[in-house]
Amino acid sequence: MSTAWSWYIIIGTVLSMLGCFWLIFWSNKQRASDEEIKESEAHVWDEDIRELNNPLPMWWLWLFILSILFSAIYLAVYPGLGKFAGISEWSQHDQYNQEVAAAEAKYGPVFAKYGAMEVVDLVSDPKALGIGKSLFANYCSQCHGSTAQGARGFPNLTDNDWLYGGEPAKIEFAILNGRAGVMPALAPALGSESDLDSMVEYVQSLADGQDTSSPAHAKFVMFCSACHGADGSGNQLLGAPNLTDDTWLYSSAKAEIRRGIVEGRRGDMPAHSQLIGPDRARILAAYVYSLSYDSAAH
Amino acid sequence: MQMESSYNDKVVRQFMIMTIAWGVIGMLVGIFIAAELIWPGLSFDQPWLTYSRLRPLHTNAVIFAFGGSALIGMSYYVVQRTCHVRLAFDKLAAFTFWGWQTVIVLAVITLPMGITQSKEYAELEWPIDLLITVVWVAYAAVFLFTVGRRRVKHIYVANWFFAAFIITIAVLHIFNNLAIPVSLTKSYPIYAGVIDAMMQWWYGHNAVGFFLTAGFLGMMYYFVPKQAGRPIYSYRLSVVHFWALIAIYMWAGPHHLHYTSLPDWVQSIGMVFSLILLAPSWGGMINGIMTLSGAWHKLRTDPILKFMIVSLSFYGMSTFEGPMMSIKTVNALSHYTDWTIGHVHSGALGWVAMMTIGSLYCLLPRLYNKEAMYSTKLIDVHFWTSTIGVVLYAVPMWISGVTQGLMWRAFNDDGTLTYSFIETVKFTYPYYGIRLLGGMVFFSGMLVMVYNTYKTIVDVKPTPVSVIQPA
Repeated sequence: MSTAWSWYIIIGTVLSMLGCFWLIFWSNKQRASDEEIKESEAHVWDEDIRELNNPLPMWWLWLFILSILFSAIYLAVYPGLGKFAGISEWSQHDQYNQEVAAAEAKYGPVFAKYGAMEVVDLVSDPKALGIGKSLFANYCSQCHGSTAQGARGFPNLTDNDWLYGGEPAKIEFAILNGRAGVMPALAPALGSESDLDSMVEYVQSLADGQDTSSPAHAKFVMFCSACHGADGSGNQLLGAPNLTDDTWLYSSAKAEIRRGIVEGRRGDMPAHSQLIGPDRARILAAYVYSLSYDSAAH
Repeated sequence: MQMESSYNDKVVRQFMIMTIAWGVIGMLVGIFIAAELIWPGLSFDQPWLTYSRLRPLHTNAVIFAFGGSALIGMSYYVVQRTCHVRLAFDKLAAFTFWGWQTVIVLAVITLPMGITQSKEYAELEWPIDLLITVVWVAYAAVFLFTVGRRRVKHIYVANWFFAAFIITIAVLHIFNNLAIPVSLTKSYPIYAGVIDAMMQWWYGHNAVGFFLTAGFLGMMYYFVPKQAGRPIYSYRLSVVHFWALIAIYMWAGPHHLHYTSLPDWVQSIGMVFSLILLAPSWGGMINGIMTLSGAWHKLRTDPILKFMIVSLSFYGMSTFEGPMMSIKTVNALSHYTDWTIGHVHSGALGWVAMMTIGSLYCLLPRLYNKEAMYSTKLIDVHFWTSTIGVVLYAVPMWISGVTQGLMWRAFNDDGTLTYSFIETVKFTYPYYGIRLLGGMVFFSGMLVMVYNTYKTIVDVKPTPVSVIQPA
């Protein structure tokens, strides 16, 4: 803010407040003689509308004056008058940083304790899982659902079927750094509408094995196998879904498969490292891991 | 009878009938979207039935269609009576009626279609904004020229408030809606980022201040003394609170943007002027309520006065609540919660609607050459449904809002949030139910009013009323 604008703000604000004071004193001065009051009370509109000219109620005047005085003090202490930062030099950024620092000092050690443990140990710690559940409710449930069973386009985290792998380190990596799954739009490469139709049918029936007699088979090998694998079983390094199982991220309906091929898909899991830091990410990873972790098998 | 020697009440009658019609429609939409908050399936997967499209329709219908028709029509009535002259420019006055109704019909069509600027209370797209501007300038011309032609020296206080409301709304509307059109149905504001937000709330808060406060104070200053048969309590008080109110309201907008990217200094100034606004706002309440002193006994028999006194009480409550909510520490709790909704409706239903309804009951018989409304008993029924309706609406919103704010900031010992967002939504369900009930009770009173009005005017062929000679 330039100095000129700063003064513009200061003068405008102060003048407005002084103006209110002036209004109070101007109207409250006992300048109105009895005759003037009588004169103003003699006005009549529309046959019976009149005005008395009673003095201002004192409590109301004091309310007005005190609110202006409070405001003057507030503007001396807090930022408001242009570039003047106020005696307290308060700012909302400082307040935020202080509150975050205070919370970090109080809760940081709690998280650090669990952050130092391994995920495989955390899954048997009910307290850690309780924290993980709260964290999941606030950071993850919007997309993955409060029971973590996912939604259309958002993976189910309880079915032990993983796009990028279900090892603790993979889960933690996804939480910290996010994931960006891209399925390119392939309609032009596949050719005609009937080529598309046969590809949709081919993909839908991959669970029953590859139909090598299908005209789509060669095209699948050419355009799809690079990511989804020659047999369609996917590639966790790329996050390319397994097309031969019964789990569908979008839908197994023909129209949806077709849409995925024609328009492509984007799966964005946002990175959380800046938002929650490594300790809480570790706890969250343990919670997510626990959802499909079969303790009896270990 | 010479045209010039009678009042132009035809345009007033038109506006009054549409006030009632839009009140019914706007509140019905309000009830529907309140129900949608409980049963989202009520949108039946139709985009135009979704909450997000119908909510602006509700706000536009109750504020600008119901409130606007009431304000324009009653200001036409009041300015003629208190200036002792026929309304200026008959044809232009007729144009303001048809123009304003056209604006509203266009809103009813475009908002459910999703055509919107996405500015709260200024959703309508640029072609409609241009029409509003033309209609509003015509309204200003009709009103101000009538004042100019007055046959009494002193301009009555109600007309100061109406004039301030008309002039300021023109300024607010034009500057907030400056936008570059890219097609007939889409435009982009010339302001960007936080400046756009500041412009929006400079407009938004002064729409409350000048449309819903100054305008309705104008209504109050005529109909309260008229109905009570008592003089206004203090001319001096009206001078002080008028100038203080219109000077200070302009500054209060930033309190809608506390703890955002709006610079600290703007937030502080918005907050302190909101606090200073308390006394000037209460000036109107004192003048209204004290005008009734000496006529308290009439409250026992006159439900119209009951409407007015309860309305003034809600006015006092919401203009106290507003400055309190503008304090940063309070706002940190109240902002984004249902408390805001409760606050708005105690003002909108309690103050604006009840003052309008009371004034309508005072005005309708006068417009249709009757002594009184068809049934005083039904006015009383309407009074009680309105009062109970507002309370059933506002109280659950206060409870739900404060609890929401507390739940959002509750921490566990382990440093995680105690409640997920969806848990706070779940908590509000029963309160949304009571709110819906409150809205329905208030709405039922509107239907009583429709019946009472119909019975009052059905057999009347109104005759022109001669202009009264100034005293």
